[in-house]
Amino acid sequence: MDIVVALKQVPDLVEELEINDEGTGLDPDVLSFVLNEFDDHALEEALLLKEETGATVTVIGVDTTGELDQALYTALAKGADRAIKIVGDFEEGERLPIPVMARLLAGALQQMTYDLVFTGVQAADDLDGQVAPMLAALLNVPHVGVVTSVARVNGVVKVQKEFWGGITADLEVDLPAVLGIQAARQAPRYAPVSRVRQAMKEATIEEIEVEDLPEAPVAPLRRMFIPEVSGRAEILEGDEATIAEKIVDILRERGLIT
Amino acid sequence: MSTYFVIAEHLQGVLTETTFEALGAARNLADATGGQVVGVVLGHEVSELAAQMAAADKVLVVDHPSLAHYSPEGYVKALEPLLQEHRPRLAIFQNTAIGMDLAPYLAARLDWPLVAYCNALRAENGAIVTTSQIYGGKVMAECRLDDGPAMVTVLAGAFPADDGRAGNSPSVEQVTPSTLNGLHTRFLQLNEPETGDVDITKADVIVAVGRGIQSEDNIEVAEELAQALGGVVAASRPVVDAGWLPRTRQVGKSGQKVKPKLYLALGISGAPEHVEGMKDAELIIAVNTDPNAPIFDVAHYGVVADLFDIVDALLETLEK
Repeated sequence: MDIVVALKQVPDLVEELEINDEGTGLDPDVLSFVLNEFDDHALEEALLLKEETGATVTVIGVDTTGELDQALYTALAKGADRAIKIVGDFEEGERLPIPVMARLLAGALQQMTYDLVFTGVQAADDLDGQVAPMLAALLNVPHVGVVTSVARVNGVVKVQKEFWGGITADLEVDLPAVLGIQAARQAPRYAPVSRVRQAMKEATIEEIEVEDLPEAPVAPLRRMFIPEVSGRAEILEGDEATIAEKIVDILRERGLIT
Repeated sequence: MSTYFVIAEHLQGVLTETTFEALGAARNLADATGGQVVGVVLGHEVSELAAQMAAADKVLVVDHPSLAHYSPEGYVKALEPLLQEHRPRLAIFQNTAIGMDLAPYLAARLDWPLVAYCNALRAENGAIVTTSQIYGGKVMAECRLDDGPAMVTVLAGAFPADDGRAGNSPSVEQVTPSTLNGLHTRFLQLNEPETGDVDITKADVIVAVGRGIQSEDNIEVAEELAQALGGVVAASRPVVDAGWLPRTRQVGKSGQKVKPKLYLALGISGAPEHVEGMKDAELIIAVNTDPNAPIFDVAHYGVVADLFDIVDALLETLEK
């Protein structure tokens, strides 16, 4: 069984975000990028299946940040077998609309053999929709999103999909299929730095060069802006002890503690 | 005339609250532009649900045994020809475990633009202007859909459900689905939520921890504070995905909706998915190191500080 995991980097939301001068996106100069956390779960679920079934795992991504190597080498260090990056004339660090990214990935996948394609169920920047269902539509294969476990059973896969309020469904899906992973069965593993370094020394990342960006329907973005903090919260000031006393006073007033 | 489609979502015979919110959004757009609202219900023996979509002018019911249980493939196979035929000005899906399956798939199949995570929609000189919450709620993006057909997914809690419930009984039309044979996805079973040691939806006091708790070992600190306050510990999704707390403790879109008397949010940034599950708490106090964290928009009181310092100080004060 061949599993392809599509990886993408997104701005690190722990950092302060700034809007560019045109007001059309984030200022790439102040951004740092991290692997989309859901993609990390997608990779973990693929690696678990590799351990269970002997599947091969290929990681692939569109290098929009100029830093994708880092994510790909880390994936190799964790146990992926092969890494591919799609390179082209992208504006480094700028958000690539998801319909465009999905078409680039679909183009690459059409040249490969795969039984399963995993990717994160969503990403912090997928303003124009999630990549997994788009990819499935373009490849004309079934898709299930918000998946929290995948098991191979008699030539098909059994997946668990989450709804809301803790309700889940078990579905059986024929291969090939695309799955949007919400969470792997276990927390994503860590790759020791030494292993990542080793991967950087020994492994090669294959490149697919694209000349022109594919045409895709994208709603024109008018502007991006940081929402003004509505200031609903009254900020409690002071040192820790003062703040703690203020909180306890509030709780007392409301009869939440005696 | 502009037509606004609303794709209904239901599980276990009940329409979701977000379905009514989406209907409300469609109704308001239709009233502003002189258009009509068409609801779409997919399933098997679901006419009763169709009648509940009060704010719609018309409801299309796609009834087929293969649609008796939700599967992404069954739904998209049934919806694609319907959308192709009607080409609505806007098809409104929900930003949920169902709508997120459907809208992007159909957008790619039909080659229509899609705007996700919408929390506002307005008509402006013939265009529809959308506002979306992205980057974990830290950034808003405004897009412009000049003409149709187009699609959006709307965030739960963003539009008035009452507007979706108000109205006369819509006309209901049965639609014969195109071929739904030979699907590659089969429904096996629906699983009820696990019952855990603690039912967080029944707790008066919740101490909720997010990514800021940093490690499994630190959960203990939150437990200690919860005990001191007579409450229970809950968490945002990343903490549960990391395996530090069971899924029964998860608050938010894919977890539980809670309405405690006190919700103490520790190291939770306040992504829309989380806020959806706790915004109706009677008192929300948030502690976060990031002064711009969206959690401070929903909290009544905020503390910009390291959560561990505050928890320690709180425990000390409570002991006195």
